[in-house]
Amino acid sequence: MTDNLSIRDLAGNTPALIAAVLLALLVLVATIGPRLVPYGPDVVDLDNLKQPPSKTHFFGTDSKGRDILARVVSGSRISLSVGIIAAALSLCIGIFFGLIAGYFGGKIDTLLLQVFDIFLAFPSLLLAIGISAVMSPGLTSAMLAITLVGWAGFARLVRGITLSLKEQTYVEASRSLGASSARILYRHILPNALPLLLVAGSLRVGGFILLEAALSFLGLGVQPPTPTWGSMISQNRAYINSAPWMVIFPGLAISITVISFNILGDFLRDKLDPRMQV
Amino acid sequence: MALYILKRIFLFIPTLLGITLITFILMQSLPGDPVTGMAGERANPETLARIRAELGQNRPLPLQYLGYLKLLITGELGRSYYTNRKIADDLVQKFPNTVKLALVAMLFASVMGIGMGVFAAVKRGTNWDRLVTLLSVGGISIPVFWLGLALMLIFAFYLQWLPPSGMGNGDLAHIVLPAATLATFSLSYIARVTRSSMLESLSQPYIAAARAKGLSEAEVVLKHALKNSLIPVVTLIGLDLGSYLNGAVLTETVFGWDGLGRYALDGIMKRDYPVIMGVVLFGAVVFVTMNLLVDISYYFLDPRVRVKEEA
Repeated sequence: MTDNLSIRDLAGNTPALIAAVLLALLVLVATIGPRLVPYGPDVVDLDNLKQPPSKTHFFGTDSKGRDILARVVSGSRISLSVGIIAAALSLCIGIFFGLIAGYFGGKIDTLLLQVFDIFLAFPSLLLAIGISAVMSPGLTSAMLAITLVGWAGFARLVRGITLSLKEQTYVEASRSLGASSARILYRHILPNALPLLLVAGSLRVGGFILLEAALSFLGLGVQPPTPTWGSMISQNRAYINSAPWMVIFPGLAISITVISFNILGDFLRDKLDPRMQV
Repeated sequence: MALYILKRIFLFIPTLLGITLITFILMQSLPGDPVTGMAGERANPETLARIRAELGQNRPLPLQYLGYLKLLITGELGRSYYTNRKIADDLVQKFPNTVKLALVAMLFASVMGIGMGVFAAVKRGTNWDRLVTLLSVGGISIPVFWLGLALMLIFAFYLQWLPPSGMGNGDLAHIVLPAATLATFSLSYIARVTRSSMLESLSQPYIAAARAKGLSEAEVVLKHALKNSLIPVVTLIGLDLGSYLNGAVLTETVFGWDGLGRYALDGIMKRDYPVIMGVVLFGAVVFVTMNLLVDISYYFLDPRVRVKEEA
């Protein structure tokens, strides 16, 4: 399936191409960006409070005179890393339990499926709030909360894929040659499920970034003074009328990032498997 | 029919138990010791032990869980650390405001979403179709709380058409911005699902038959295709309505809407754990109940389910 996907496909789809370029730029911004911006994200400048966007401060300054551009650039690290790491972690947990449920079936499957459904029975943000509220707020708790919210969806998907893959003739052949369950799962089922799973993962990164932003907005994410896009919006929302740039730019950053991930995820899904709905 | 519904309700019970188990575990892993909090740091060990015994905290965890369940069945969710009011009473008081907001939002999302989806399907492949697709990707990608602030800036501060926040005295103007904000996410999903469901219906033989019969295009689209495309859309509307507490936490915070969402935020700000857990539990119960209702509604909406169940 992956063999069919090439750069040429991407070039033929303008929105997906733009999204890919934007995400590449974003990764660049997150890695070397902070060194290119002439201001530190936490540097207070009392002579330049609430400055509108100008040639010296492209995105303006906030109520403490901190450069908004520097803070948005610095915040990209948290958004991207939380989104991607939470997606990877929850995908791993989902793969583990999904393979077990789908492959062994029977009572294990019934029990695990019930567990997946219980986690899916919570509205996602509420569960994330409940989990992160009982931990001391920070990067780890936000990541953990998002992972615990996300894994069950992946587990259900992996279970479904495993159910269909285990009926394939090559799995039967391997079993009749005396291969162990672990070997079959690892060598045959997992590699064949992986392309679909990577697409499912990429489709969820955008949602996870939104979830991180929402937790930060509610004060449950990474704590100040470290800037995150969500917390910048929540701290500056009192100035929405008098100094809207403080709120507009971090929100634009979230929106553009998540739109890019979603467009690229949709593109990959249509290319790899048009029937898959996550 | 009764059997189908009973079966659904029976499946519902383990999920409910699982939800309470998770909130119980979360309550157990709270930082700090509530008993020390109640008695003060310098209370002597005997006092602490006595309070623990009174609260049943010296019992083994499974028994404590049963005690928790027993309380929940009687509608007891504990009291707020700060106001000492019963959380169940607060929830009952705030819930109607959230329901009002959610219903208005869903009405808006359904009408607009189905309209946009049908339009995009009919105009398949044109720039109009692409515009709807792009708008719907935008709608599920923009953070709710930021969208709310942006709408507030434009319609309340720049244009001054609508009040920026608060509930007024229930007048309609106050609900427009929060409802539009809350609606955007589901509006986008409804548009997407309506579009793809319509495309599938439009390619069916009965549509060709309807056209061959000489029906007008409007009749074909609205009477034949749309009617058959609505099942997944109705499902989505039900499920989304159940998850509106998600968006409500953020929307109500932005607009100062006095519902469950803002109540939850107050709890978060003050680290009022019984309040937070009360809302989380309540939200999950609302959500699974909506799922159950959607499941049951299949029976009435989709003849195929009925035939399968009765066979």
